[in-house]
This record gives sequence, structure tokens and C-alpha cells, in this order.
Amino acid sequence: MDAVDNSHDQFELISFKIEDQEFCLDIMAVREIRGWTHATPLPHSPPYVRGVINLRGAVLPIIDLKARLGLGAAETNPRSVIIVVHVGGRLIGLLVDAVSEILATTKETIQPTPNVSCETVNKFVRGIIALEGRMISWIGLDYILPEQQAAEAA
Amino acid sequence: MDPMEPFKATFFQECEEQMAELEAGLLALESGEGDGETINAVFRAVHSVKGGAGAFGFDSLVKFAHVFETALDAMRSGALEVEPEAVKIMLRASDVLADHVLEAKGQGQVDCARAQAMAEELAGLTSGGGEPLEEPGDGSVEGEDSFGFTPLMVDLDEAPAARAPQADVEEPGGWRLSFAPTEAMYAKGNDALLLLRELERLGAHDISLESSALPEFDFLNPEASYCKWSARLPGDVPEADIRDVFDFVGDDCPLALIHENELIKGAAPPSLVADLGLAPALASALDDPFATTPAPPPAAPVDVAALLSAARAEAPQPAPKARPAVKDAPAGEELHAGKEAGKAAAVAATIRVDLDRVDRLIDLVGELVINQAMLAQRVSEANLARSSTVAIGLDELEQLTREIQDSVMAIRAQPVKSVFQRMPRLVREIASATRKEVRLVTEGENTEVDKTVIERLSDPITHMLRNAIDHGLESPEERVAAGKPAEGVVRLAALHRSGRIVIEVSDDGRGINRPRVRDIAVSKGLIAADASLTDEEVDNLIFLPGFSTAQTISDISGRGVGMDVVKRSIQALGGRISISSQPGKGSTFTMSLPLTLAVLDGMVVTAAEHTLVAPLTAIVETLRPKPNDVRRLGPRGAVLAVRGAHVPLIDVGVALGWRPNPVDPAAGVTLLVESEVGGRAALVVDAIQGQRQVVIKSLEANYQRVEAIAAATILGDGRVALILDVDAVIDSRFLEKLESQPLAQAS
Amino acid sequence: MAKTVLTVDDSRMMREMLLSVLRDAGFNVIQAEDGVDGLEKLAGAAPDVIITDINMPRMDGYGFIEGVRRDARHRATPILVLSTESDQAKKARARDAGATGWIVKPFNADSLLSAIRRVSA
Repeated sequence: MDAVDNSHDQFELISFKIEDQEFCLDIMAVREIRGWTHATPLPHSPPYVRGVINLRGAVLPIIDLKARLGLGAAETNPRSVIIVVHVGGRLIGLLVDAVSEILATTKETIQPTPNVSCETVNKFVRGIIALEGRMISWIGLDYILPEQQAAEAA
Repeated sequence: MDPMEPFKATFFQECEEQMAELEAGLLALESGEGDGETINAVFRAVHSVKGGAGAFGFDSLVKFAHVFETALDAMRSGALEVEPEAVKIMLRASDVLADHVLEAKGQGQVDCARAQAMAEELAGLTSGGGEPLEEPGDGSVEGEDSFGFTPLMVDLDEAPAARAPQADVEEPGGWRLSFAPTEAMYAKGNDALLLLRELERLGAHDISLESSALPEFDFLNPEASYCKWSARLPGDVPEADIRDVFDFVGDDCPLALIHENELIKGAAPPSLVADLGLAPALASALDDPFATTPAPPPAAPVDVAALLSAARAEAPQPAPKARPAVKDAPAGEELHAGKEAGKAAAVAATIRVDLDRVDRLIDLVGELVINQAMLAQRVSEANLARSSTVAIGLDELEQLTREIQDSVMAIRAQPVKSVFQRMPRLVREIASATRKEVRLVTEGENTEVDKTVIERLSDPITHMLRNAIDHGLESPEERVAAGKPAEGVVRLAALHRSGRIVIEVSDDGRGINRPRVRDIAVSKGLIAADASLTDEEVDNLIFLPGFSTAQTISDISGRGVGMDVVKRSIQALGGRISISSQPGKGSTFTMSLPLTLAVLDGMVVTAAEHTLVAPLTAIVETLRPKPNDVRRLGPRGAVLAVRGAHVPLIDVGVALGWRPNPVDPAAGVTLLVESEVGGRAALVVDAIQGQRQVVIKSLEANYQRVEAIAAATILGDGRVALILDVDAVIDSRFLEKLESQPLAQAS
Repeated sequence: MAKTVLTVDDSRMMREMLLSVLRDAGFNVIQAEDGVDGLEKLAGAAPDVIITDINMPRMDGYGFIEGVRRDARHRATPILVLSTESDQAKKARARDAGATGWIVKPFNADSLLSAIRRVSA
């Protein structure tokens, strides 16, 4: 859960670009940002799950955010970064091309997500922020992992 | 939030410990092994549960615990004999107590009639008659005013205000009291000042000091008590309130108290009258107790304030001779010289450590192992001679690392006792529900295993015991007819065997009915009608999914949990289970588990260019098959001929969706693996890198369960490698699913 | 300066409850699990008040109180007994051992604190 729904008016967001769209995350959810390293692929996983990496002894799943948002698989290069976020007690790495900036904003600047009849948008975009003529989609992370498979039938 | 909420979790945790202690103690008493300390421990367990329950207002739990405690107290004091019948009643009472605890926890409801009957039975042990459960315990369920003394608060600065009414209480009809503290009172940290403060709160006035007994200074014993105080109190103060002030000091401070109305009536005893009303008024002494000199009493001038503070000061303490227990030995020595000090010394020195800290340490040692492996890899890459000081130093480091790892794992190792202790109750319940007579024998309960394993032993053992009693044992009539004792024996044993813990559950019942098991397996399509199976193979059919031999689904074994689920849960722990049976003589379930879930001996292999770890325990042997050992079977299948038998060939790269088509088995290496359900299979991999002990990392901590993967680990190069779930890979259901799916993309 | 209270109770829950109440009231708290532990803790401390349970393993409350009173440094330290028992015989036994006062469990914060104030000057 992103710690946003509190009474602090001012809060900070970390923004990044995927192709020509701008996205941002609540900075409170971000633990660290690190360079791309090889991920060990997981069998029978959705394409947006790139695999797992070793983060100081913890095994971290890497989610290709571009693929998760339905924008096609990201190509990794030495400049790609992993944003390590804390979601519901788990640590997850988000693969993005690059981090653009840190924005300070207030709740008032957040507008409801326009209805574009897209399930992916409804699932991940919490709202949009208009800033100096730009439009930044505010990403919520609650549904970022694949849906848990139903308990194995006995 | 309820301010008590945070403590509830601790309470229930402790209840669990106390209940285990209680049961273990009672069982020891039943078998005649217990002694006085066992009875004490059992009593304390129930007492603690009662005490904690009171704090949360779990009234029915408190009431039942109280009745139970009373019976145990009688046993403790010797009023009730420790004999098998009484202990049996107490064992059943411990079950009812456990039900009360569960109810308090919000899990289930107590059978009131049973609880009442049990309470009466317990009460009958001590009184010979029934004590109603409704009777409240002695003070244990009282409200907040259940103080030994009435809780009062006074600040000396507020004293004048508190005393304001005293000016108009000069009319007769008030209380008169006097008290004479003895040395014993001061010896217990009490003080006349404290008593006076309380009396003031009740409106005491005309407080006076009678100090005529004070000797000349030269003859003064600083630890003796010479003074006596008198005071008056308004007549409307309840007598109980006044007596409460002196409640705890008791005989250490004799109190004379009389109401003036009684004095007028002449009803008071003359000695009491003599005690009272003699001392001159000294009310001002307390106006400012720390002033240098209050108004001196005419009889004997004395600095009351100084006297009061002297009584509190450390140096001139009341005479120790007041308590005969005191000897003149050095304090340091005496500190440990309690009555039970001998006993205390015999207790092994232990410390309680937060489990989180141990887990953290184990994680860190895991990191150390990985780092040491990484370092070793770098050194070997540097092509240093084996005799170089670096290589030798590294060998020593490896040795040390291994020793540290073993020692750290030993910290978290615990005897399986904690799980075994819960089983006698379960057995009693199943026995009574199935109307069978059962004796449970446990062995090896001190066998140690990692705590992470212990926590997960309980369910499989429970199921195996249910199965043994419900299906294994015959009814008493059948047993007698078969020439066996009516009482069946179920044995639960733990032992270490080749680096694993083995749990055996055996019964002396009817054994597996093989023809029937075979018929069921055939009728359910689990095996071919003409399949040729050994006795052992037939016995192990009961672990197949969808198999249930119960004629009718009884409410003990038929909770939808078949042996296949038991098997799966054991496999999830890296364990195996098997059964052996002798018709008419009984069956034995044997499950073996790794000693820890933290490390694993693995074979590091390559499949489709990815590094994987296969648990060594699953691997029977590694083979390099010759081309003509491989036979095709069906459109996609292949089998490998191994010494005359044919086992299915499974390409690991394909099974994990990493490549679309299997490699030529003859070009790779095959691992002959074994599991109880799937039997044997040959896993095809590209190459074997070596054997290594690896630290198990959960995938579920940050992600979720991944099919066919048991866990992950971190290798010497710092990368994550997946640990193969061999049983899942060779599970026919998994393979069928794979067949029916379009092949997954290679990554 | 904040006053120090030594609590002796074998129940973790009781210790936690006492700790919470006493800390909130501004006391320093030293915890012990039974009589033996209590005496060991006392060897290196000088609490202003001691609160002890009676029924404990290894060394019960009576033994503990006697042990405290044997140490010259703690002869005047008020000792409150915190117990589910409230009968006079047990109170008398605690008094004979050297206890200063008695609180019946379950306690609440106010009653506990006023009992402490009552026995400490």
C-alpha cells in the first residue's frame, strides 16, 4: 500500500518514462534504485515477470513495468534500472528504462483517472497529475504481482 | 483499541506453553514418574492460566481454572492422594481447560454441560461433594477494587486541603484509634508515615505521638520502635476503610480502634479505653512533616519529622532480629541462599532469545556461506597453487564457516517433545469418538530438529495418528475375537537417521487390506486391472490422490484430508512418507524429513542454459544413457531402460518451459530420481556442475509459489538459482497439464 | 529522577503489562522471571519499589522476599506482592517473609500506581 492517504498535503513522487508516457510512484514505497543485473527466469510465469535477483541475500522478483502496463516487453541495457519497492510486506523490483526526476506535489493536483475503457489503466493508474503541461500517470502497486494461483486442488 | 489487546497474544502463547506443561506433568504423574516438583509445576500451570485469564475478564475460564486449581492444591498439600484415578480425571479436566482457552481465543465453544460435569467431578475429588461452578474464585474475579488495601493516593502538598473538614468534626461520635508499630513493621519496608498519610486521607485529625517510651539518646537503639500514635476520625468513616489501612501490616502494628458511641454506651473493653485518648494532641506534626521542629508534645519533646524520615533512611533500620530467618552472613552469599537455591543451581543455564534474532543470525551465516563460496570461486579462477597460503587460508575459512553454520543451526534446534506433547489428548479424543481403546506410546521425544521443521510436523503427525486409530485399529470386540488385547497400541517415535529426522507411527491393528486396496485402485482407475504390483507398492497406493479406503466417511479421518494430502504436505518440506504393513499385525507409517529447512544438499545442474539445484535426497543415481537405452513411447514421450525397468524420461528444460523440444537424452546427463507417488523417473539435464550445500531462500517471501520449483538459493557467483521440486516435476498431473498446454515461450 | 521498579513474574504477559503501565507512568523498569532471577537482578540494581508474584518456578515469591530482606541494601525497599490469591493466611505468610503490601490480580493501571505511591515515600 502506498502511504498516501494520510493528511500530509505535500508528498513526493518519483517519475519515469516508458516510451512517450510519463509515470510516477509514491516515493514512500520506494526502497532503493539499483542498476540492472541478470535475473534468473522463473518457469511458467507471465511474460512481465522477468525472474528473480539477489538483493543482499533476499530473492526479489523483477516485474517489467512496461510489459505489466501492456506496452510491450522492455529491452534491457546497462542503463536500465530496477526500482525496489515495498508492497504489502513484499519487496519487488520494477524494471524501468530510467528514472526521470523526483516531484513534490500536493493532493489537490491529482485528478481522477479519465475513463479510457482499459482494464490495465483501471487496474494500475490511480490518478493523473497535471504538471507544467505534462500528464503523469500515478501508478498504484497493489495488483502488480500476478494473481495468486488458486490453492492447488487436492 | 482495547489497551489489553497487545497482551492477549502473549497470554495465549503462554497458555499454550502452560497447557503443554500441564499435560506433560499429569502424564508423568499418571505413569508414576512425577514427584513433588511435578505437582508444583502442574499447579503453577493452571494457576498462571487463571491469573492471566482474570486480567482479560475471561470469567468462565477463570472459574473452571479455579476449581481445577483447588483440586491440584489439595494434591499439592497432600490432602488428595496422587493416584491414577484422580490423575485421569485431571487429564480430562486439562482437555476441558484447553477448550476454555480456545473459547477465550474465539475458537470454538465450550460444552457447558461437560464443563459443569467436569467441575463437579474435580470438586468431588476434594470435598466428596459437588461444588457449583458458579461460585466465584477467592478474589480472582473481583473487580478493580480488589486490593489488599484500598487504593488511595495522597500528595503531602495537598494535605491541608484534604484535612479541611477536620475543624468541624470536634463533636462526639467519632472514631478514636491508636497504633503502635513494632520493629517488624519497619523491617518490611513499611512506615508509620505511610499509615498516617492514609489515615489523613480518611480525614484523621488530632493525630498525636506518644513517645514517652523513648529512652535517653545514649540508650537509644536506632533500630527499635518506641513510638505510638493516636488519632481521631470522623464517625461516618466506615470501619472497614480504617481497618483496610492496617490490613497488610496486620500484627506488625497492633491497632486499637473504637467508636465514641460505643465508649459512651460503655461497651468498649477497658484496655482499649486505656490505649486511647491518653496521648496529647499532635495534629500539627503532620501539617509539615519535614519541618525541623513541630509543636513539641508536653510529655516528651521529639522531632517527629526527623523520626519519620529516620525510619525510612537506610542506616538506622529496625532490628533484624525481628525476623529469625536473618543470619549475619555476607549479603552477597545470601543472595542465592534461598530455600530452593539447590534446585535452582541444578537448572541448566539458559537464556531466552528473541527468535527473530536467531533467524537473523541464521540468515547472516547463510550470507557468509555464500560469500565464502564466491571467494573460493574467485580464488580458483585465479589459478593459485593449492599449497598457496591463500588457498590454505581459504580452506580453513570454509571449515570454520561450516562449523559456525552447524552451531547456529543447533541454536534453533528443539526437541520434538513440544509436538508430541499435544498428541495424547488427540489420541484420547479420537479413541472416544471411534469407540476404540488406545494406548499411545511415545519414543524419542528428545530428538532435536530445527524449529522451522517442528512447527510443520504437527499436521502430518495428527493425520497419521487419526488414520492409525480410525483405520488401523480394530474395535475392542474385533480385537478380542482375533485374540488380541482389547486395548490397541499406537506408537509414535522420532529418531535421527542419516542426517534426517524420521517419524514413525505404528499400530498393532489389522494392517492394510491389500485385495481391497487393489480393488479400489482399479475401480477408481488409478492402476490397470492386471497391473503387477508388489505388496509394498499396493500398500503405498493409499497415498494416491483420490484414494480413500474408509467404508463410511467418519468424522475423524474423513475431513476431506486424504493420505495424498498428507503426502504432499510432507513433500513440500522435502520429506518422504511410506507405509509398511503386515496383515493382521499392524501398519507402520514412516516419514523422513530434513533436519532443517534452512540448508539443503543439492546437485547443481544446467538445463537449457539455466543453473538449477536438484535436492540430493531425491536423486538415486546419475546416468549417461547410451542411445539404445532410450525408447520412444507415444507421440512425445520417451522412456529410459535402466537395468531392465523402464522409467519415463523428462526433459527438465522442457518441463520448466525453457525450451520447446527435448534434447537428445544421450547427449546430456540423466538424474534417476525417486518419489513415493510418481515412482521413478529420469530427469534429463544438459550438464552437472557439482554438489554443494545451498542455503534455502523462500520464493514466497517476496513473490509466490512457482510451479515445479521448491525454493531458490544464491550461488557463488551471486546469482539466484532455483531449486527443483522433483516430486512436482515427475508428478503425472503436472506433466499432463504440460502436455495440454501450448508450450511456454523460451526466455 | 525517575524511580525504578523491579518486577518479578514468571508470566511474560504479566511482565509486559507491568512494563507498559509502569513505563507510561514514567518509571524505569527492571524485569525478572522468577525469584532466582529477581535476586540476581537485584545484585546490580537498587530499585525504589519491588513488585513480585508468588507462584513461580525455581524460587517462589516468599523465598524471593526473604532473600531481598537479607540483603542490607534492600532492607527498606517496599515490596508489593501481586497475586491472584487474596486469602489472609497467604497475606500473613508474605508479610512474615517481609512484604510491604499486597495487590490482587487482575490489576488495573490506576490501582497499581496508587499502590506504588502508597508504599513509596
